[in-house]
Amino acid sequence: MKTYYNPDDLKKFGKIGEFQEELADKFFDYYGEVFKEGALTAREKSLIALAVSHAIQCPYCIDAYTKDTLEKGCAEDEMMEAVHVAGAIKGGATLVHGVQMMNKVNDLSM
Amino acid sequence: MKLQSLKKQNHELANINNQITQLESVVKRIDSDRFSEKLTGIDLFPLKPTIIDIFQINMGKMCNQVCAHCHVDAGPDRKEIMTKETLQQCLDAIERSQIKTVDLTGGAPEMNPNFRWFVEEAYKLGCKVMVRCNLTIIVANKKYYDLPEFYKKHEVEVVSSLPFYNAKKTDSQRGDGVFERSIRALQMLNEVGYGKEGTGLILNLVYNPSGAFMPPEQEGLQRQFKRKLKADFDIEFNELFAITNIPISRFLDFLVASGNFDDYMTRLVEAFNPMAAKGVMCRNTISIGWDGYLFDCDFNQMLDLKVAVKESLHVKDFNKELLEGRNIIVNEHCYGCTAGSGSSCGGETA
Ligand code: SF4
Ligand code: SF4
Repeated sequence: MKTYYNPDDLKKFGKIGEFQEELADKFFDYYGEVFKEGALTAREKSLIALAVSHAIQCPYCIDAYTKDTLEKGCAEDEMMEAVHVAGAIKGGATLVHGVQMMNKVNDLSM
Repeated sequence: MKLQSLKKQNHELANINNQITQLESVVKRIDSDRFSEKLTGIDLFPLKPTIIDIFQINMGKMCNQVCAHCHVDAGPDRKEIMTKETLQQCLDAIERSQIKTVDLTGGAPEMNPNFRWFVEEAYKLGCKVMVRCNLTIIVANKKYYDLPEFYKKHEVEVVSSLPFYNAKKTDSQRGDGVFERSIRALQMLNEVGYGKEGTGLILNLVYNPSGAFMPPEQEGLQRQFKRKLKADFDIEFNELFAITNIPISRFLDFLVASGNFDDYMTRLVEAFNPMAAKGVMCRNTISIGWDGYLFDCDFNQMLDLKVAVKESLHVKDFNKELLEGRNIIVNEHCYGCTAGSGSSCGGETA
C-alpha cells in the first residue's frame, strides 16, 4: 500500500546526506550535541522532544521519542504529561489569538 | 499476560532448536554480521574466559511467578529441581577450585527443598553467597516469612528484580499484584537491616525493560529508583543493576508475537559496544544447570549450549583449569550482552 508516511523511512533518515552531504553532516553533529547531557539531563531533553514531536505532529518523531523516553526510564504518566504540555501550549496559542479576534470585532463594530 | 510456561503451552519455542533458528534467521533478515564475526572484528574471537571466580547455580526451574519475559521459562509447573546429590557435587567443586562467590538463581532458588542446607554449607566454606530472590517468594507462604532473617544470618547478598517503581510496569511484566507483594518483601528485608547504610547487608535491585527497548543509563536510573522508593514506600537499597532483555525463551516469544523482533535485534546490533564485549559475564562466571551440566552462562544453559570441554561437561568433573582455557560458545542472542553499556547479572559492563 502506498502512503505518504512509511515507518521504515525513519531508519533511512541518515541517508539525506546522499543528496547533500555537508549540510547533513552539520545537522547530525548539531543534533547529537543538542541531545547530550548538559544543563538539562538527557532524560529531560527526551521528554521535551516527545512534547515537541506531538506539537509538530511528526509521526517519525513520535515513534522515535516514545522509544527514547522509555529508554531513558520515563514512566507513562510522565510521557503523557509532556504531551499535555504540548497540548496546553498549542491550545493556549490558539485561544490567545481569540483576543486578536475580539480586538478586530471591536474595531469593526459600532 | 501469560500464566503458563512455553513448555506447558506446548509452544513451538519450547523447542530450543526453533529458538536458535529464529535467532539465526533474524540476523540474516536484518542483514547483520553474525555475533562471532563482530567479535572477530575486534580480535575477541574465539571468546575466552579471563578467570572463573563466580559459580552461578541454577537450582531449578520451579518458580511461584510466570514473568512474561522469563529466559528460564520458569513457573509453578516446572519440575526440574537440582538434587541434593548434585548440590553436593557443586560444593565439592567449589571447595576444590577455591571459588569464593556462589550466585544462586532459578526459578525461585528458595523453592529447592535443599536451598537452606546448601546456603549453610557454602557459607561454612567461606563463600560469599548471592541469591537472586524474586521478592514475592518471601510473602508467598508462611514457611518463607523468615527468609530475610535466614539471609542475614548467612550474610547472603540479595539481588532482586523490580522492573519499575510503579505497579503498572512491574505487573505487566511480572504478573498482577507482584508489585505490591514485592514492596512488602522489600520492607521486610529493610526491617532486618538489608539495604541500610552501615549494616553490611547488601540488597541490590535489578531493572530490566518492560518491553522491546533498551535499558536506561544505570546511574541516573538508580537515583530515580532511590528517590521514588524512599518517598513512596520508605524503601532503601544499595545498587541498581540495569540489564538488557536477552532475546530467548519467553522474551523471544513476546518479540516475535508483538512484531518487534527485527527492530529489537537491529537496535541491539547497532548498539554493539566493543568495551561491553570485553566485559561479558561468561568470562568470569560458570553456570551450572539444575542437572549439573556446565554452561558458559545462564542464557546458554537455556539454549542447551553446553561448555566446549568434553572432559568437564558436568559439575562432578569440574576442572577449573581446563574450563578457563575453553572457547566460549556464542550465538546471536549474545548481542543482548554487548549492546550499549553492556549487560550482565551485575548490570552494566562498560
Ligand atoms: S523471571 Fe525470575 S521470578 Fe520471573 S518467572 Fe522467571 S525465574 Fe521466576
Ligand atoms: S549470552 Fe552468555 S555466552 Fe553470550 S555473551 Fe552473554 S554471557 Fe557470554
